[in-house]
Amino acid sequence: MSAKAIAPLVLGVLILAVWEGAVRLLAVPSYILPGPVLIAETLVADWGLLAPSLGVTLAITLEALAAAVVVGGLLAVLFSLSRWVELSLFPYAIVLQVTPIVAIAPLIIIWANNVDLSLLICAWLVAFFPILSNTILGLRSVDRNLLSLFELHGAGRWRTLLHLRLPAALPYFLGGLRISGGLALIGAVVAEFVAGTGGNASGLAWRILEAGYQLKIPRMFAALVLISAAGIAIFLALTLLSHLLLRHWHESVLEERE
Amino acid sequence: MERTRKSVVSMRGVSKAFANGVRALADITLDIQDGEFLSVLGPSGCGKTTLLRLIAGLASPSGGTLSRPAGRNETGFVFQEPTLMPWATALANVALPLRLAGVARAERLARAAEALAGVGLAGFERSYPRELSGGMKMRVSIARALVSRPRLLLMDEPFAALDEIARHKLNIDLLALWRRERFTAVFVTHSVFESVFLSRRVVVMSARPGRISAELAIPVAYPRDEAFRTSADYAALCRQASQRLGEAMAVADAA
Ligand SMILES: Nc1ncnc2c1ncn2[C@@H]1O[C@H](COP(=O)(O)OP(=O)(O)OP(=O)(O)O)[C@@H](O)[C@H]1O
Ligand SMILES: [Mg+2]
Repeated sequence: MSAKAIAPLVLGVLILAVWEGAVRLLAVPSYILPGPVLIAETLVADWGLLAPSLGVTLAITLEALAAAVVVGGLLAVLFSLSRWVELSLFPYAIVLQVTPIVAIAPLIIIWANNVDLSLLICAWLVAFFPILSNTILGLRSVDRNLLSLFELHGAGRWRTLLHLRLPAALPYFLGGLRISGGLALIGAVVAEFVAGTGGNASGLAWRILEAGYQLKIPRMFAALVLISAAGIAIFLALTLLSHLLLRHWHESVLEERE
Repeated sequence: MERTRKSVVSMRGVSKAFANGVRALADITLDIQDGEFLSVLGPSGCGKTTLLRLIAGLASPSGGTLSRPAGRNETGFVFQEPTLMPWATALANVALPLRLAGVARAERLARAAEALAGVGLAGFERSYPRELSGGMKMRVSIARALVSRPRLLLMDEPFAALDEIARHKLNIDLLALWRRERFTAVFVTHSVFESVFLSRRVVVMSARPGRISAELAIPVAYPRDEAFRTSADYAALCRQASQRLGEAMAVADAA
């Protein structure tokens, strides 16, 4: 393992050890701050309850991310093809982006009239903007001389898009995707907090609320750990994807070269 | 001699003004003969790139008449920078013009490999641009311009960013390619030495607005090699070209 991976691991273990030690030494009650060992035990004990919730939250996150990729990507291509479409639509994309999701979530929940769908819409709303704006930037950042070359060889708009603009935009798109992955998870969790749903098909946010009401603080932490782990896993998966797609050519993945 | 051949490009009183009011070219009258090697020599900003873009059909003149090869793959362009697609291998980069022309995959890859070999890069087909040196990238760029077998090859200071050694080598290789493939070459440069070494005719431009201020024939037979570079003839011709360039720049300064 490289020093790059060991350094944060050592720091993490150290913090956990200090935390556990402090909780034991100061005899902090578990309903105020449980130690990491108790949280891990709760995670195992409550796995039957927490795992399905993790599944629900992950499903919403991934669906929202997929929708953000499709809509954000298509809109970006559309904007790059027509200046007018962009001028008329982009301001609304910005409005959607700057409006706090907690403020519009109740409205969406009323309108959608379906909890799953409204959670999906909320998560999507938070996730799609970075993909849209990054991909637009990428589609525009094409070498002018390469554009001339395509023109010289009679490539029309579509073939220029396919063979030149899209590959040139890929690194920007992937950068946006990594941001959106985290945002989709945040959107899914925040929306569920606002919706405050219960029942069988509830996600991790509901488990946190529920545990809070019941003062089961260790379970609250266990759910929190799962959300963080999900976020880290999404980030790592998207980083890996980005690496695989760009490893041959893009400057961002060349640092390992001697 | 060459004058009797028919011209590939013919410009009569061509001018070019940009939207911002810059008059980049004024009253350019120039015939480029089939199969000749013409250099365009001029100070920075005198409109050399603009001239090439007009000849390539990438821009249209504001005035005058211009005739040029009309077919899609009749003109090759080598830019000042290599201008390669970083996500594509050397082979795929070279094959691009054929791909855009709809040539079948097997054929275009075979022809691209051949073009790469033609510039001395056999064995580098699968390399990505980042794995190539500056000179090698420029060779890939030349191979790409030649792969569709254009009648006319336009080169915009292609070796300006290279060191002297690489530049000399590429000059000689370029002349060999030109003699083998028999295209018409227009070579833009701001190096007097390079223009004299390569071409049969040097056109000297002056700036603001860009116009042709002198023309110089280089009546030395090909093949030309390193021995020519050290000959007295070469030195004398370079001195002449330098003088013309100096006059062109003096005109521009006075204007
Ligand atoms: N698209 C453009 N819009 C406005 N002005 C332009 C444009 N392209 C070039 N010019 C102007 O036209 C003049 C000639 O430019 P050009 O690029 O043809 O010069 P050049 O001889 O190729 O210079 P260099 O040797 O530095 O490459 C310059 O004054 C430049 O500022
Ligand atoms: Mg130029």
